[in-house]
Amino acid sequence: MKTVRIAAGQGFWGDWLEAPYRQVTDRGTPIDYLMMDYLAEVTMSILQKQKTRDPAVGYATDFVTQMERILPTVVERGIKVTANAGGVNPRACAAAVAAVARKLGLGGKVTIGIVTGDDLLGRLDGLIARGHDLKNLDTGRALRDVRDTVLSANAYLGAAPVAAALQRGAQIVITGRVTDTGLTLAPMMHAFGWSADAWDLIAAGTVAGHIIECGAQASGGNCLDRWDSIPDLANVGYPIVEAREDGTFDIVKHPGTGGRIDVACVTEQLVYEMGDPREYITPDGVADFTTIKLAQAGKDRVRVSGVKGKAATDKLKVSIAYFYGYKAIGTLVYAWPDALAKARAADRILRQRLDQLGLRFEAIHTEFLGATATHGSLALADIDPDQIPEVQLRIGVRARDKAPVDRFTREIAPLILNGPPSVTGFAGGRPKPEEIVAYWPALIDKRMVEPSVELVAA
Amino acid sequence: MKRRLLELAHARSGDKGDTANVGLIARKPEFYPVLVKEVTAARVARHFKGMITGPVERFELPNLKALNFLLHGALDGGGTISLKTDAQGKVFSTALLRMEIDVTRRKRK
Repeated sequence: MKTVRIAAGQGFWGDWLEAPYRQVTDRGTPIDYLMMDYLAEVTMSILQKQKTRDPAVGYATDFVTQMERILPTVVERGIKVTANAGGVNPRACAAAVAAVARKLGLGGKVTIGIVTGDDLLGRLDGLIARGHDLKNLDTGRALRDVRDTVLSANAYLGAAPVAAALQRGAQIVITGRVTDTGLTLAPMMHAFGWSADAWDLIAAGTVAGHIIECGAQASGGNCLDRWDSIPDLANVGYPIVEAREDGTFDIVKHPGTGGRIDVACVTEQLVYEMGDPREYITPDGVADFTTIKLAQAGKDRVRVSGVKGKAATDKLKVSIAYFYGYKAIGTLVYAWPDALAKARAADRILRQRLDQLGLRFEAIHTEFLGATATHGSLALADIDPDQIPEVQLRIGVRARDKAPVDRFTREIAPLILNGPPSVTGFAGGRPKPEEIVAYWPALIDKRMVEPSVELVAA
Repeated sequence: MKRRLLELAHARSGDKGDTANVGLIARKPEFYPVLVKEVTAARVARHFKGMITGPVERFELPNLKALNFLLHGALDGGGTISLKTDAQGKVFSTALLRMEIDVTRRKRK
């Protein structure tokens, strides 16, 4: 049976720079496709801001650096690349990759596919005027309430336009907001000729995409089960999908690399960021995670089968970013004895001062790192709180206006001399107010979004 | 007999907006029915009392010997709005594993 191997190269923008290089150069398990996911929910707004200042940017620049390193191997071995590195400017990203190809003497040897059509920013007013409310999926509010503050708006495209670009001969496919899973599913649709309404196959490819979209999280990274026996994470092998045309697939990695691929680790990744497991909705279809069968089929080899799916919905998710307000976070460290009690006292004093100043915040959030920051009061059940060796007091504030946040940043340092004792850790200086760009998830009628594919030669 | 969930299960958690999800996975298949019986949505809601502001939903994945919990209102608004260290709910997983459950009737030789 025909198989293709699709390797994960990046699980997010900022992931390990060595991973894509190792995936394409290691000969252990020769790969056919390299999949690289760059876009988190608020990444698009950051890129949109950059593009506003300079129309030639607005994409994941790290991708171009990566391509400079791996393109000779990619071309030599005929590996195809799918990446949503295009951000809000896929054409500029493609132009940069084409320039790199020419610089490397590979001009004329690389065809780049560009997938666009996801960007709705310029169409928002028209859509709203025509009755598309783009209601916030969490709060139910209509987008017009925050329209003036919107920074970016992108529909999630699926695998279909990426598969179309591959079909037309693209070796590197650069997209805007295409789903993480679509970047893995598309090579399967292309290689096996799966039709877009073969729902079980589409669901299988989607599950494969979900498993490898976070990179090494499927091959031993961030794996809790027997974590201390996972070998050689320093050289962790990123996961590779070995896909078969019947929709079954194995998760593997290059031989000799670190990490571990077993049922426990793959299961952890399957439940990561999971909602209702019976309905994992993507633009391509709906996968039922309660049908997935996993089996250990060898060392570092997990077989996935049985995946069932349903027809796609008539909606696309839209990722909207908007300006929300400001926040700042200040920290101080208190030492034994009574570290936690001192930090708590400092928190009370600071809050009283903020109150006396008449400052209004949407939220003041206090954490005691080393004690209750991550597990709350559950963490104190089995220990003597008076014996905690040190506690970092971490206070954050959030407001729609900048002024109260600014004033807050000046109230931390005084506590060193005029608050509870045994305090240190202010070396970083006064905290800086940060702008908050918030995320607004919405749905839109699929017919309103027209994906577009174009090809350029390097 | 009471046992800590950490001995019976492992877990991974993540976020979706202001909701944290915790996938709880039985370390051995025979532990799964115990998890289904003991680790109810109501029990998890009590466990996280004071840490979350919304309800708890539970989904069963018998094929993976796993339960998925959605903890609503867990992340101070979530994403970039949140002031929490764990704004993406990454370690609600191990917080759940602190829970102690009764395994008396399932005790094995």
